[in-house]
Amino acid sequence: MEQARTLAAEFMARLAGEPFDPRLMAAMIGNWGHTGWLGLRYHGHGADWMELALPWRDELVGDAQSGVLASGPIVSMMDMVTSMAINQKLGRNAQLVTIDLRVDYTRAAQPHRTVIGRGECYKLTRSIGFVRGVAYDESLDDPLAHVAGSFMIVDGVAA
Amino acid sequence: MNGPRAGGEDLPPYARALGIVLDRIEHGVPVLACDPSSRIEGRPGFFQGGALAGLLEMAALEAVRADLGRREAALPVIKPINVSIQFMRNGDLVRTFATGRVVRAGRRLANVTAEAWQEDRGRLIASVWMNVKLG
Repeated sequence: MEQARTLAAEFMARLAGEPFDPRLMAAMIGNWGHTGWLGLRYHGHGADWMELALPWRDELVGDAQSGVLASGPIVSMMDMVTSMAINQKLGRNAQLVTIDLRVDYTRAAQPHRTVIGRGECYKLTRSIGFVRGVAYDESLDDPLAHVAGSFMIVDGVAA
Repeated sequence: MNGPRAGGEDLPPYARALGIVLDRIEHGVPVLACDPSSRIEGRPGFFQGGALAGLLEMAALEAVRADLGRREAALPVIKPINVSIQFMRNGDLVRTFATGRVVRAGRRLANVTAEAWQEDRGRLIASVWMNVKLG
């Protein structure tokens, strides 16, 4: 545990400020800490967006009767994937802090389905990244949740 | 997210797997706690924001259950409509607490908030508000 933490810290320190590699970062977060426990995986990316996948698992269920995923793992994924979209748009590994994140649940998730999270950075200022995104399990056109949020770009002002 | 529970006991699989437990009941409202583990760690050495959001949401929902448990014979199904999370401070890898407050609960809708803190209750690290549909 202590060794894994040291390695993760060193890995992140080396990447700080370097060009953003969506697959490398997804592999990192998918093998470390909370996001590793959730099992988040790379699913896709574009110029200002990023997608992660959250595979269904019975440990992540919020309602044992229906087998539907809890809200928490979806919020975690959306927080991570929207922050990665900012890095993607910036083109570097910036130091980001979540200011706020709002999630609207537009329908129930399907039991036993992998949920995909898509985050998009629609506006960057020198110190703030504004994001939106959706979570879906079958089609991007039929999201189960919409999100909107903002992040502080801690190392953004001088850059 | 349903069933005849007074709040705080028998948390959902996700909450149990994450290590969320009932710390105590305070003025009839469950105070939940989560001890540090690799499952809640984010940036090395810090509590992950998403895990914190999970703890806060659970505290908010448990507050609604406790409120309904006092007023209703049978608990209705509780479904989150939306949630908004604000992060105020970094969370350290120490026992973290969260409790909710039902601002208003009617027959079909409840508005609830929840706050999270670590050693010092006066220094909140994150909060949520949630709107939930009842029945």
